[in-house]
Amino acid sequence: MHPIRKKRLTIVLFVLAGLATAVGLTTYALRQNINLFYDPTQIAAGEAPLDTRIRAGGMVEEGSVKRDPDSLRVAFRVTDYNESVEVEYVGILPDLFTEGQGVVAMGRMRPDGRFVADQVLAKHDENYMPPEVSDSLKKAEAMGKTRSDSGSAY
Amino acid sequence: MYPELGQFALILALLLAVLLAVVPLMGSLTGRDTLQAFARPLASGVFVFIALAFGVLAHAFLVDDFSVAYVANNSNSLLPWYFKASAVWGGHEGSLLLWVLMLSGWTLAVAVFSRRLPSEMISQVLSVLGMVTVGFLLFILLTSNPFDRLLPNVPADGADLNPLLQDFGLIIHPPMLYMGYVGFSVAFAFAIAALINGRLDAAWARWSRPWTTVAWAFLSLGVALGSWWAYYELGWGGWWFWDPVENASLLPWLSGTALMHSLAVTEKRGVFKSWTVLLAIVTFSLSLLGTFMVRSGVLTSVHAFASDPTRGAFLLGLLGITIVCSLALYAFRAPVVHVRASYTGLSREVFLLLNNVLLVAATVLVLVGTLYPLVLDYLEMGRLSIGEPFFNLTFSPLAIAVGLLLGAGIFSRWKNTDGGWLGRKLLWPMALSVVLAAAIMVAYGGFRPWAFFGALAAVWVCVATGWDLWDKSSSRKGRIHGLKRQSRSYYGMVLAHLGVAITMLGATVASNYGIERDLRMEPGDRARIGEYQVEFVDVGQRQGANFTAEFGRFDVYLDGERVSTLFPEKRRYTVQRNVMTEAGIDAGLLRDLFVAIGERLSDQAWAIRVQYKPLVRWLWLGAIFMAAGGFLAISDRRYRIRERSEQRARTTPTPPASAAESVS
Repeated sequence: MHPIRKKRLTIVLFVLAGLATAVGLTTYALRQNINLFYDPTQIAAGEAPLDTRIRAGGMVEEGSVKRDPDSLRVAFRVTDYNESVEVEYVGILPDLFTEGQGVVAMGRMRPDGRFVADQVLAKHDENYMPPEVSDSLKKAEAMGKTRSDSGSAY
Repeated sequence: MYPELGQFALILALLLAVLLAVVPLMGSLTGRDTLQAFARPLASGVFVFIALAFGVLAHAFLVDDFSVAYVANNSNSLLPWYFKASAVWGGHEGSLLLWVLMLSGWTLAVAVFSRRLPSEMISQVLSVLGMVTVGFLLFILLTSNPFDRLLPNVPADGADLNPLLQDFGLIIHPPMLYMGYVGFSVAFAFAIAALINGRLDAAWARWSRPWTTVAWAFLSLGVALGSWWAYYELGWGGWWFWDPVENASLLPWLSGTALMHSLAVTEKRGVFKSWTVLLAIVTFSLSLLGTFMVRSGVLTSVHAFASDPTRGAFLLGLLGITIVCSLALYAFRAPVVHVRASYTGLSREVFLLLNNVLLVAATVLVLVGTLYPLVLDYLEMGRLSIGEPFFNLTFSPLAIAVGLLLGAGIFSRWKNTDGGWLGRKLLWPMALSVVLAAAIMVAYGGFRPWAFFGALAAVWVCVATGWDLWDKSSSRKGRIHGLKRQSRSYYGMVLAHLGVAITMLGATVASNYGIERDLRMEPGDRARIGEYQVEFVDVGQRQGANFTAEFGRFDVYLDGERVSTLFPEKRRYTVQRNVMTEAGIDAGLLRDLFVAIGERLSDQAWAIRVQYKPLVRWLWLGAIFMAAGGFLAISDRRYRIRERSEQRARTTPTPPASAAESVS
């Protein structure tokens, strides 16, 4: 083969090899690390898978936060004012975690319908609401099942 | 009165930028020197008026002019003056103003420091920069005017700056990062100018190189500062979360690193020309993409301010125009490659090509991981997030490969390297590196495959760099003479490569051997963390300028002796009523001890996070090395001498650079 062609071919092969590696690694890793979002209504309907890590979010129900006195265990309910789900978490909650605020939790569903979180994210400032949560609240409201007191969430 | 002046100055700057975008370019295309001569004065004019507008906004912050909406939303009379000053770029509008200020500053710098460039080249470069300036000034004036007033209902006081931003980090992180982002616009402008006039040669690469290197150095600092800030302020001790906003800054850094190396090959050997041009376009597009992702509100993070959909659409439009136009130009004008220089499968060219392939693969990877959720969400195919494990799993092998390749590449020669010679040359350094990496594993108490390869890559880069320096410095007049004989750009390369090794080792050790414990503690309790014991002594209260704080006192003991006392705080900011955690950190070169207090669990008990972070400082120390290397490299005298000799020899073709010269 002509040396220049040969060289171009090697370059093309290098680039292709690099791309193939990247694509292969990406798809392999993506398959295991996608965390889908489910709102409390979906979870109550049993749509959330049991064995995979998912994200769940909504508003922290007023008066639902219960602490274990001797450890960092905490339990609270997350609601979209339509359904709610019990969340369990062991660890330090973010500074901006309070009742009546939007949160997103990462973790797994348990067969008994409780959500065991390994990470809890709260908003960064007062005007901010996790987009998933605001979407799911809008959805719940659109379904017409919204309780009358939920207007204050906005 | 003043704010209107600021707005007026911005409008004037826009008009001048339009002229800058059109007149010199027309002049260069029609060959009229009079039109080209406008380039430099116009560049200065744009800078002066943008600087004026910026000064006006800063003044409004310092005198608490809350009739300006942007000031009222992002400042407060209780804020210390230095935070008032940095709050100028603490929100959306002001940070964009900082962006264009930097852009006009870079434009001015190109105008001032490129006196020796051919006038059509400089006209085109400045015109392209003018076009980018026009886009961003339009964006500011049409969608994000920082000088909008709140009249006649002037608020009595401002809504205060987000407490997360009331930090030293805000003062320096955005300016450094923007210097990098915007600096790549110069490399982009050089690439576009080269495409326009078809002069894609070694001289072009040589002009573009120092600008790219400086931008890269600033970006390295900016990314590292962001990571450091997140570590002590936001992240409860994490230093990289693969958050889309962090990725937005990493993407141009990765492709910019590839660009820097590809430019070196283009300058020295005259090959990879079209690839280099493409990388320059890609790098700047990624900078724009970063700005879009961070500023448009598609992401939720501390960086995403107001999410006004017109802003996102405008920025996306700007990004689209830039990418489409430059790629179209590229498609039409990219040179038919005449590769006359020859090189073989083991030459330094090929090593640098591999480096580029790996860096681009890493860029693609991070890009996919970052954009995939956004695109799916946009297409309404569900909301998902891609977690850290994805990036850790895919990015780490590539980073290790880059490190291993780097060490081998240092020993390679231009054109051709004898395989057997290279193998023998690599044998001892590699053996030494394996031993050292194993020693590091032993020192940190445990072999872990990932940690071993990470440490091996880092040590290998160090050993190879040092070995090469030793080889190069041998001289009949003695070692000192040999060391002095090496160029500054060579030392720049050495420093930057050592920086890469330092950061890699820091990342490897900190993430593999760090200890993190979340505890419930009462005053008097002790906790063990590694070799240290941390005692929760008591809690107290104090009053800050615009916050009240509860703090804990923690004594740290090593072998029964007190080594330090930490005061982590929980601050409550009075205006926004936000709670913020300030960690107590005992920083050291070899390890950090990190204590943060969480919520109060009962009357006595608190949630406490205690962390032991070995070598975590090395992450950012490495970036300082990289940046220092970049700055050292561009201070090399060859850039000045070459430019002069080039003017003399303009008529004759430039001889290919000597093969013995090293990449730097």
